[in-house]
Amino acid sequence: MAVQALDGTRVPIDWQRLAMPAVLIVVGYGLIPAYASSYLVEAILLPFLALSLAAVGLNLLTGYCGQLSLGSSAFMAVGAFAAYNFNLRIDGLPLPATMILAGISAAGIGVVFGLPSLRLRGFYLAVSTLAAQFFVQWALTKFGWFSNYNPSGVISAPHLIVAGFPLDGATGRYLLSVTTVIVLTAVVWRLVNSATGRNFIAVRDNETAARVIGVPVLRTKLLAFAISSFIIGVAGVLWAFTYLRTVEPAGFNLDRSFQILFIIIIGGLASMRGAFLGAAFIVVFPLLLSRIGAFAFGDLFDSGVLDMSQRIVLGALIIIFLIAEPSGLSALFDRLKRRIG
Amino acid sequence: MIGASLGAAAYERASEISAILAVANPVDDRRLARLSSRPDVVLALSGIGISFGGVKALSDVDLEVEVGEIRAVIGPNGAGKSSLINIISGLYHADRGRIAIDGQSFSQVPASRLARLGVARTFQNLALFGGLSVRNNIACGRVHTRRASFVEHIAGLPRARSEDAGIAEKTDQIVAFLHLESVADRLVATLPYGLQKRVELARALVAEPKLLLLDEPMAGMTATEKAEMAGFVRAARDRHGVTIILIEHDIGVVMGLSDRVAVLDYGRKIADGTPAEVRADPAVIRAYIGTAEGENGEDIR
Repeated sequence: MAVQALDGTRVPIDWQRLAMPAVLIVVGYGLIPAYASSYLVEAILLPFLALSLAAVGLNLLTGYCGQLSLGSSAFMAVGAFAAYNFNLRIDGLPLPATMILAGISAAGIGVVFGLPSLRLRGFYLAVSTLAAQFFVQWALTKFGWFSNYNPSGVISAPHLIVAGFPLDGATGRYLLSVTTVIVLTAVVWRLVNSATGRNFIAVRDNETAARVIGVPVLRTKLLAFAISSFIIGVAGVLWAFTYLRTVEPAGFNLDRSFQILFIIIIGGLASMRGAFLGAAFIVVFPLLLSRIGAFAFGDLFDSGVLDMSQRIVLGALIIIFLIAEPSGLSALFDRLKRRIG
Repeated sequence: MIGASLGAAAYERASEISAILAVANPVDDRRLARLSSRPDVVLALSGIGISFGGVKALSDVDLEVEVGEIRAVIGPNGAGKSSLINIISGLYHADRGRIAIDGQSFSQVPASRLARLGVARTFQNLALFGGLSVRNNIACGRVHTRRASFVEHIAGLPRARSEDAGIAEKTDQIVAFLHLESVADRLVATLPYGLQKRVELARALVAEPKLLLLDEPMAGMTATEKAEMAGFVRAARDRHGVTIILIEHDIGVVMGLSDRVAVLDYGRKIADGTPAEVRADPAVIRAYIGTAEGENGEDIR
């Protein structure tokens, strides 16, 4: 079997390459909506999808373009609060348009806080992105307008309707999330495999050589900040509207930024798959730990111990990954596949 | 002691004064205008000087490079060869002097416009993009010809696709020219050093520059690799007509390969001419073999 390509030639279909996406679509749109319990969707899949998308966004900036950022959760907050306000203040704005506008708002803020990257590198840039983290949280708390003058700055998700279909139930929110993640991941996939994506990698690997051969270094860095922040902003909308349903600025704190950074370190820098593997790990790991802890130690393993042991094990894992497998779960996965296949 | 410090102070003042004079030196400008208006001169440097923290790396260096020649710049370690190439490519900014590239005169060459000015370069220490394949590293060399935006790339619009196709074709030609077919799809970081040097040459050549700057392209290579690389450099000039400036430490390689040789020592140009002329120049022999004169000036050869 073959398909007609745009230039008229017939291209054979590569079934092996299509197998994986096909399985994902059957599972994602068929099996999960039909059979998954609401606990699985609400407690695991929704946070997994939102965090995966945020990690895809950060990976574009940090993994591919080499610009270290600790402001991810600020851009999630901008996305969430922008979506809330667009939805509140523009009557009848469709949800997809709200999400796009929220992403654009986050991209704008991302470019502003990306400006230091033109002069600063590495550790110093990371510290300067902390400014985004503190500034955004402060602004959202300080100016009541952003939360429609809610006394504690909390925003609640509006009714989610796309093209007349209400998506407020667990399954509906799941479908909204998974579709958004698939579409944006496909866009990022196209981007990193294009000439623009290779410019990102060129800037990351050797900025001087990149400039000399004509890569527009400044424009490339700001573009990386813009697109990355757009994606993270939309991830913030998913986090607020489909997973938590009510959020406050304090929910988007530095811990969240670190969590997303850990996801891409554990999953694998500059790997699309890594963002998903890392996010799955970060979401499932505490649940597993609490089950194992409860099984092994019974009542001794209370929530305080759980929280502490979670931090200890996660910290140790990050150190182990940085030393033993800097390319993360993604590379581990590849090696496993080679050994089996 | 006092005399020495006075002398140093006077020397500093004198160099300051000469710097002020040099900035507005009409003779330099006129000489450069005359040189750069000649159609057969691709690159003309006049009165180039640069200091790092008070140490003069280059002073009053002139150099002109004619179309289609292989022009070597040699000199002992620390003679200022790399400073010179970094000034031509805009990575360093000369304190004084002017640079004319293909008729356009600059006091500071804009590095970000270098590729569009028709200049490509390689680096003394490899400067490849380790996370990209050999082919993609080479393709990056034509990034200055791209016009399509990232949106066109994501959507796969016609302009992005035709750019990709054109660049892929040019890349294939260079891959074949430099015999890189067997490693073209490997990550560049996994290649041995000699091949990585060749990939860097490929990335520079694919830009189809008028002027190619090679910063020690044979450094650290085995004798066989050196001969191979020299063959590629000569072939690049013969087949693509590119003008080449070759910075090299290894004097033997240079003599057989280049049309004219300039010799730098302690930041000054001490000789300039054909390889035969330069080889016979007593100043060059002194610079290379060390001081050929004893303490009191007597000839110790």
